[in-house]
Amino acid sequence: MKRYSVFAIAREALRYHQGWEKAWKSPAPKAAYDAIIIGAGGHGLATAYYLGKNHGITNVAVIEKGWLGGGNTGRNTTIIRSNYLQDPSAALYEKARSLYETLSQDLNYNVMFSPRGLLMLAQTHHEVRGYLRTVHANGLQGVQTEWIGPERVKELVPIINIDGPRYPVLGALYQARGGTARHDAVAWGYARACSAMGMDIIQQCEVKGVRSENRRVTGVETTKGFIGTKKLGIVVAGHSGQVAEMAGFRLPIEAVALQALVSEPIKPCMDVVVMANTVHGYMSQSDKGEMVIGGGTDGFNNYTQRGSFHHIEETLRALVETFPMISRLKMLRQWGGIVDMTGDRSPIISKTPLGNCFINCGWGTGGFKAIPGSGWAMAELMARGEPGPLAAEFGMERFREGRFIDESVAAGVAH
Amino acid sequence: MLTLTCPYCGVAAEETELAPGGEAHLKRYGPGSSDDDFESYMFARRNEKGVHFERWRHAYGCGKWFLAARDTATLEVFATYPAQTPEPPPEVIDRIKARRPDWKGYK
Repeated sequence: MKRYSVFAIAREALRYHQGWEKAWKSPAPKAAYDAIIIGAGGHGLATAYYLGKNHGITNVAVIEKGWLGGGNTGRNTTIIRSNYLQDPSAALYEKARSLYETLSQDLNYNVMFSPRGLLMLAQTHHEVRGYLRTVHANGLQGVQTEWIGPERVKELVPIINIDGPRYPVLGALYQARGGTARHDAVAWGYARACSAMGMDIIQQCEVKGVRSENRRVTGVETTKGFIGTKKLGIVVAGHSGQVAEMAGFRLPIEAVALQALVSEPIKPCMDVVVMANTVHGYMSQSDKGEMVIGGGTDGFNNYTQRGSFHHIEETLRALVETFPMISRLKMLRQWGGIVDMTGDRSPIISKTPLGNCFINCGWGTGGFKAIPGSGWAMAELMARGEPGPLAAEFGMERFREGRFIDESVAAGVAH
Repeated sequence: MLTLTCPYCGVAAEETELAPGGEAHLKRYGPGSSDDDFESYMFARRNEKGVHFERWRHAYGCGKWFLAARDTATLEVFATYPAQTPEPPPEVIDRIKARRPDWKGYK
């Protein structure tokens, strides 16, 4: 892999940019690998990257049904934060957020991490109490967040209406180190770094079956033939249930559609991320000037990657109320992704009934922010066969044992 | 927009009129049951990509719970039927099989 640098740009400028090599190779699958990761989204690629970087396992294939980063990695609203209430979540998401800070340097790929700050508005007294509790919890967890009053909110976000008729802004949970990153670049950067370590990224290769003997996986049947492996990692988000079924176990997961949309591009007007959970919407402005908007999920099981129209209406109604100046803004694009929701709205990084098969799923509506931490923890689990401190609480046995990591109550809607 | 016909009041209800209630025909386990049974009743879900049986409530209509057979990959609705049905009725199964010949069946 040739390093990207200012000198590389200068060199290529002198020869009409003819010398750029492909960012990653697209080889045919080998007969067998030390580890196979199913799913080349952010989480799968990050898992492969940290398997190589932290544990020296580089004979790895990442298998992808569609194209790299074409699932939820390319469909989210790119928000990064770690202001969670429960200790295990705060540790995992804070690990991810801190890895994002140096990810561009680590990967030699600009992921455009922008720690622009993030506000979660409190619009009911219940929410005020909840966020104050989170601020105090974050203080104990070593996550830097603060509680700010409505005047400070208005200062940070001049376009906001803090005296809304239904839900005036009573304050906000502010994480100054939260922000956004370029979602595609995260997947591309990890893929390039994995390829440089000699890993195989195999796109357009759908897993059709998981072969096992004596409760150990021996390989996967794919549309490009059988591929043997010593370890298997399932990192497929919305389709976790299908792959788990091939491997012979059932998950505490339901797949639902979550939508997002962007407006036409406008001049810079908001340089923080604002989430308004009571009225059900959140918004940030992309580097291109589009307002990036997200809202709630549909309530029913759905694999169609499109959501219900009335949720768009709800989200936009909430945001027009919060930011009156966007009322004339045209929406440019809308899309949906299939998110994997667990009962406690916390992810699963877990061993499975098959000894050498591991699963990373259940990120629900908030997976993008966790990509580096998730990959870090999953790689540790796959390399050692036992979870490290980050993943320990996220095993799926927690549902049997009643040890929930209950963020659904803690985080409200926009998780 | 998803439209389901309420089997009680006969109204073809739009999605905004309905409240989804998750997987149908769960076998319930309570105190005294094994951990496995209780866990699978509480948390494990079929989460089918394809034919799915589920509970709905006609929340802004007659208010009653009913069941629906629906394809989660295409949003096609095969049938709706009363909630007091322990497993999918044969005529619903037949209708699904007619529409989905390669369906592996219920259970």
